Amino acid sequence: MATGFLTDTTVCIGCKACEVACKQWNQIPADGYELTGASYDNTKHLSGTTWRHVAFIENPKKRRLTGDVDLVALAEDVREQLPHGAELDALGRWTFMSDVCKHCVEAPCQQACPTGAIIRNEFDNVYIQPDVCNGCGYCVPACPYGVITNIPDDGRAFKCTLCYDRQRDGLEPACAKACPTNSIMFGDVEELEAIAEERIASLQAKGYTNAFIYGTPEVGGTGGIGGNHSKFILMDEPETYNLPRHPFMPQDKVKPAVVGIAVAAGVLSAVVALAFRD
Amino acid sequence: MPGLGITYGRGGATTHLMDLQNSDCIIIQGSNMAEAHPVGFRHPMIAREKGATLIHVDPRFTRTSAMCNIYAPIRAGTDIAFLGGLINYVIENEKYFEEYVVNYTNAPTLITEDYEDLDETGLFIGWDEERQGYNPEFWRYEGAPIDYAPVGGSQGAITGSGSEAGGGEEAAPEGERPTDESLQHPRCVFQILKRHFSKYTPEMVERITGCPEDAFLKVAEIICENSGREKTTAFCYAVGWTQHSKGVQIIRAAAILQLLLGNVGRPGGGVMALRGHATIQGSTDIATLYNILPGYLTMPDVNKQHDTWEDYVEEETAATGWLSNFPKYISSIMKAWYGEDFDVEDGQLFDYFPRLSGDHSYYPTIMQMKDGNVKGCFVFGQNFAVGGPHARMARDGLRNLDWLVILDAFEVETATAWKADGVDPSECGTEVFFIPSALIAEKDGSFTQTHRMLQWHDKAVDPPDDARSDAWFVFHLGRRLKELYKDSKNPRDSLIRAMTWDYPTEGEHEEPDIESILKEISGYHVADGSPVSNFLELKDDGSTACGGWIYSGVYADGVNQARRRKPAREQSLMAPEWGWAWPDNRRVLYNRASADPEGKPWSERKKLIWWDEEQGKWTGLDNPDFIPTKRPDYRPGSDAEGLDAIPGNGPFIMQGDGKGWLFATVGLTDGPLPVHYEPVESPVSNLLYYQQYDPAARTFDRPDNPYNKSLDPKYPCVVTTYRLTEHHTSGAMSRWIPWLNELQPELFAEIDPELAEQKDIQNADWVTIETTRGKIHCKALVTDRVPILAFEGESIHTIGLPYHWGPNGLVKGDVVNDLVPVSLESNVAIHEAKAFTANLRKGRV
Repeated sequence: MATGFLTDTTVCIGCKACEVACKQWNQIPADGYELTGASYDNTKHLSGTTWRHVAFIENPKKRRLTGDVDLVALAEDVREQLPHGAELDALGRWTFMSDVCKHCVEAPCQQACPTGAIIRNEFDNVYIQPDVCNGCGYCVPACPYGVITNIPDDGRAFKCTLCYDRQRDGLEPACAKACPTNSIMFGDVEELEAIAEERIASLQAKGYTNAFIYGTPEVGGTGGIGGNHSKFILMDEPETYNLPRHPFMPQDKVKPAVVGIAVAAGVLSAVVALAFRD
Repeated sequence: MPGLGITYGRGGATTHLMDLQNSDCIIIQGSNMAEAHPVGFRHPMIAREKGATLIHVDPRFTRTSAMCNIYAPIRAGTDIAFLGGLINYVIENEKYFEEYVVNYTNAPTLITEDYEDLDETGLFIGWDEERQGYNPEFWRYEGAPIDYAPVGGSQGAITGSGSEAGGGEEAAPEGERPTDESLQHPRCVFQILKRHFSKYTPEMVERITGCPEDAFLKVAEIICENSGREKTTAFCYAVGWTQHSKGVQIIRAAAILQLLLGNVGRPGGGVMALRGHATIQGSTDIATLYNILPGYLTMPDVNKQHDTWEDYVEEETAATGWLSNFPKYISSIMKAWYGEDFDVEDGQLFDYFPRLSGDHSYYPTIMQMKDGNVKGCFVFGQNFAVGGPHARMARDGLRNLDWLVILDAFEVETATAWKADGVDPSECGTEVFFIPSALIAEKDGSFTQTHRMLQWHDKAVDPPDDARSDAWFVFHLGRRLKELYKDSKNPRDSLIRAMTWDYPTEGEHEEPDIESILKEISGYHVADGSPVSNFLELKDDGSTACGGWIYSGVYADGVNQARRRKPAREQSLMAPEWGWAWPDNRRVLYNRASADPEGKPWSERKKLIWWDEEQGKWTGLDNPDFIPTKRPDYRPGSDAEGLDAIPGNGPFIMQGDGKGWLFATVGLTDGPLPVHYEPVESPVSNLLYYQQYDPAARTFDRPDNPYNKSLDPKYPCVVTTYRLTEHHTSGAMSRWIPWLNELQPELFAEIDPELAEQKDIQNADWVTIETTRGKIHCKALVTDRVPILAFEGESIHTIGLPYHWGPNGLVKGDVVNDLVPVSLESNVAIHEAKAFTANLRKGRV
């Protein structure tokens, strides 16, 4: 059985209990005390010392439309603007999203890891074995989501373990346990998929036609990584949440890069040959 | 909470959090529920998923607004204008629940001819200019005698004659009380209400509050659509309503509206008073307030007829309604505290009982401290050097004590005032005793949460080092005092000698057994020590002891009922076997109103309790909050006394007439009906009345407490203070936790982009915010979540300030409460931190 998360941003109240529960259970240090000025987000992004991160997106409606699906235009149907800033149906005007490792089906970090420290454990989660990791850092740029960094202390790489130790004891991960609105759900991936699809149908029925599951083929898909075991229900374009629309395997870029280099080399050779033909 | 107490009878939330799941509409106003009560907010979220409409009315677009279907912005301090507008809308459009209003409220009751409608002055009849207070004798029911106690006693203008628990002490009528059930008589409460609120038109609501008329009307339509037989709307509020110079009347306005819509005492309805701390409700129930005894019983007072035990009991026993039981409750307290030494026949020991002799509420006490009239102070679980308004004055007061004992888990600012603000510690004569205290997981005890429910927690680990529970400190202090006075022959020491103080102890540090205290509070039969099952068993003959009648039954059957943990999924949504709620484990108060006058549920969808003719009693899904066998068609004679005076259609049993009070004849210091006044400090004038701010609001003429004058162009911005999810009130428990501090590391001021542009302020720039009391520095958070509100063509800018920071802890910041004036609400002496004025400047100046 594969386990994973389903994070439903439509019921996230931005309380950050998941961030605190994660750090407390896993005994991860704080990252420092700096006011970023970026809404209520002062931990900025996922890292080796922040395994759950709640993003605060102010006024997503103001963002420019890009990409294939006109999500915001769809949302206009249910958001009627009134004069002087009053807004009916404010849902989604200040959006929160608890981000976490996606536990990719074909995990690029695992494929990049030269020591075999990154494995799929018995719950089919992507797991970094801290006693094997040598801190080479190859996994850091390999991750298409920017989840992993090396920690300052000893240089090893860390990320969400899906609370491997808690799962071993039959407990759900700390973040899911702490979430007061069930925005974070934990369970069998197939079951979570079914719940997510049901949820999307119910949101659509209520008029929130912009709701979708991140990674769905209509909005970018998950490219070469074959899907995520951490699923997200989103109400806006992936870019709004700082998520890539088209995540990819780094090695997928190797073939085009080699071809490109070969072509460039050919062209250069030709130019050189032409230049020196006399 | 007289706002609810006077209107319904008890100063507590009328409903419980889980019941919000039954709501068809939830209007959150005066509360940032998602941020300050994130766990409780689960229930509105479930309601939303089930199709309920969530509405947030607030001066800022917060995390709560983001979760709601409708956000309506208003200028801070104009809640009564908004709610008054809703009341007017409901009456003008005949959207009120007529059968409910006629039967369950005092709408049909006639008011004396002496009463006159409020004119343009904004002063009710009965205003005494010299005393700066009201005589409520003009507000009485027709036929009721003029024998109301003058407002006050020793507490002067601060506290009304009505008890915290309710306005139940309404005098008995002489003969039949005239009513008009057609609601047409010009002097019936309904018509008075109609005329009173007729000024609050949708246009006026927009002019005063800045909320666009369209948004206001949308809110009005939605709450009306979601009220009535089949549907219910709930209100949630918190200190966003209480911390105003007219906070009680704001709550009153919502309470009146809910009565008109027929939403009180019914599933998914009511007024949810959200409390600010884990057990703030408990701290008033088993009173830490200076002017009440446990269970909201009146504190003896030298300036009332309280000379002897007999006088006191006679004076405080209500003629009609539930508080006619006063002798049972007060006798049981005395037996619990003084055991066999207290003889309820002669009550001699009562002669030595402390009495109020003046206003000893928080703010005047701080001023007395500063003026050198307070020698010493014990501080438990408080950090008012940061958390209290005009905190600089509090720190000055702390530095003027001879001694200070403070129990806390961290060295909070209240413990370090002696070396703060740049003062020379050698100049400060205060001897400070800092006692390390245990945290929640390190001790047994109970929390009484926001809907009056007690939940027990067991100790998980021992406290570290010398840390002990607060109960340990108090118990051993009492034990030593008793030891010290045991041979005293001085009569004034007789209370200490008589005090029952025999709680068993456990462990090497002799921690008192907290359950034994709970057992005493719950009550027992003196003869054999067996627990009482509820307050119906309490007697006035000295045969029962009970430390707080409203908690009576929490230890019924010798079982700690507060420890019960049966999840709701294994029982009904009322979850009667999860914890224990006062009174008598009733979850929805006044639930007699969930049935129609004949005792049948208003609708199948909204059924809660009903009259069972076969069994001859009330039954249903909740414990009936009514006299169990009183028939719905029972009507009292005009000479009925005590509970016999409550009619079968009188769900508000704490009130003398059993009715919800749209019009408050007694118990309030600032008028029988809510009125829109501006805050004491406001940048604009009152558009409705000449009276600028609540005439009864208490201000202090002291050089160290100056006010920003109304309309002073030097202070053009409106400030509202608030809390963030990531910190706990004054930060006393959170500024030492790295995981919380990284989430909100620094004080900031939320301002709108237009104000920022005017002052050339970029996001995260330093700014200075100043009032006549002082100034603070912090960074600006520029966001269009702070609405710009129009007032007579001008833009009013709001500054939002969280108040969690101070000079101690891992993250430090300026003390926001240094800006806040001490201007007090007249009924409950609460300060006005949610709306005052200030100036904003760029940079640290």
